[in-house]
Parts: sequence; C-alpha cells; structure tokens
Amino acid sequence: MMLIPCPWCGPREEAEFHYGGQAHVAYPSDPAALSDEEWARFLFFRDNPKGPFAERWNHSASCRRWFNVVRDTVTNEILAVYKVGAPRPVLA
Amino acid sequence: MAEQTMIRRSPLAPAADRLAGVGSATGGAVTLAEVPFLTQLNLRLDPTGPAAEAVAAELGVALPTGPGSASAGEVTVLWLGPDEWLVVGAPGTEGELEARLRSAVGDAHASVVDVSAQRTTLLLGGARARDLLALGCALDLHPRSFGTGDCAQTLLARAQVVLVGREAGEFWLLVRASFAAYLVDWLVDASTEFTSTELTAG
Repeated sequence: MMLIPCPWCGPREEAEFHYGGQAHVAYPSDPAALSDEEWARFLFFRDNPKGPFAERWNHSASCRRWFNVVRDTVTNEILAVYKVGAPRPVLA
Repeated sequence: MAEQTMIRRSPLAPAADRLAGVGSATGGAVTLAEVPFLTQLNLRLDPTGPAAEAVAAELGVALPTGPGSASAGEVTVLWLGPDEWLVVGAPGTEGELEARLRSAVGDAHASVVDVSAQRTTLLLGGARARDLLALGCALDLHPRSFGTGDCAQTLLARAQVVLVGREAGEFWLLVRASFAAYLVDWLVDASTEFTSTELTAG
C-alpha cells in the first residue's frame, strides 16, 4: 500500500485514489491531420520506464481532483507531486 | 384521486434502536445516533472571486480554503475541494438557505445545489469513538492531527464518508443514504470490541 500525498488533502492511502496513466500526453493540435498510425500512437502507446515515471492520479474518495505524481516504478517511491498544468519538476 | 400524504423517512430510521443499543452495550464508551434530515447544499465557486466574499458575508463565516470546516450559528461549512464546499444547516432550512446563497453569488460562475437527500449524518461520541473509527479508517485520528473543526472525506470500512470533528470529542459521519445501512452494520459490529466488561462478566 502506497501513501500518496494529495496536493489538496495531504497524505492518504492508495485505496482512496484512482490511477490515470501517463501524464503529459498532449492532445494533438490537429487530430484530423494525423495518420491512422499517429492516432493509434497517441491513443494507445505509452512509456513504460524502469524508474521515475510521471503519471496522473485522481483522489476519487476525497476531493476528486486530478494531480500528477512522479513515481519510481521500481521502488514505488514518490519523488514529486504537482498540480495539473504544472510542468514536470526537474529531479536531481 | 386519493389524497396522498408525503411521509419523509430517514435512511437510518429502521436502525435507530440498534444505534441506541451501542451506547448501552458499551456503557457509553461509544455512542451512536442518527442526525436525520440535515440541510446540505453543495456550493461550487471560485475561492478567490467576489462570490466567495459575498457568501462569507451572507453566512457570517469565511469559506475554509483547505481541509477543515467553519461554523457560524446553525450553519457549518465543510471543505470538500479547492472550489467545493458542503454547507450544512438545520433540518428544513434548505429552501431558505439555498435562496440566500443564490442571491449572494448573484451572476458569478457558481453553483448551489440542494443535496440534502444524498447523505445522512451519524453522530458518534464517547471516549472510545476514535478507537472505533481507527478500526476502519486509515487517517491519523489522534486529537493532535484531527480535532474539533477538522473535516476529511475518506474511506471508513471501504465506504466513502465525510468525517467531521465536532465539539467534545464527537464526530459527524456523513454517509451516502445507500451506504448508511451497511455502515451502521459495520459500526455496530466494530463497537462490540468496546462492550463493557461488566455486562459480559455477568
């Protein structure tokens, strides 16, 4: 069980959250101009790093806000938490 | 057509005896009671805008800007999110309170929705109230971190609740009407841990 620090509510148990997949996947500026392959890449292809990964979480059992988390996929250590719209923080 | 009379029944009306039984079985270590029909209005607006100030002036209390609650007389404002609050008032005041809030926000981009029927309220008291909650809730409930006026939406026995610290170590548990019977089942079962030894020894 992870303890996830919600930027609004503070640290809460993982069961209160809903996972939202990779963060910073920008919607294409002109979707109609994409080829089928480019569209499929936008829809279905996601990074799968071993190490720090920026992902979205929703605090579904409490404030119901989306926010971003940088989590180490090896250790589950949470390296950064930041609000939606903020750039991914540079980690040392 | 026959005349119909509307009879309002609270979600936990059938469980009133079992709730009262917890207090007697535990010798008052844990007391439970329903507080039915509290007025609940969901308020959403920009906390930095003029509507927030207008609502604060109308209610006589500033809207909390972080997890917590604020009270003014009969009205308690619970923080639900950065732009969302639950305004709780005495039973039967929903129409009047909604009208007051609506006129206060005026033309601002805001919403006031009567959700009084969405949740019912349990009043939990007694010296072991925190221990009872801790059996099903992951929050740190020590008075140091969760005391009077604190408010959190969380999971209690996997059911979504709004937990509010009230005066004298009591708590409000606001639970969805459809989860209320389940939560009472769980609370009554969990409270057997605090059954007074004098009763069981006899």
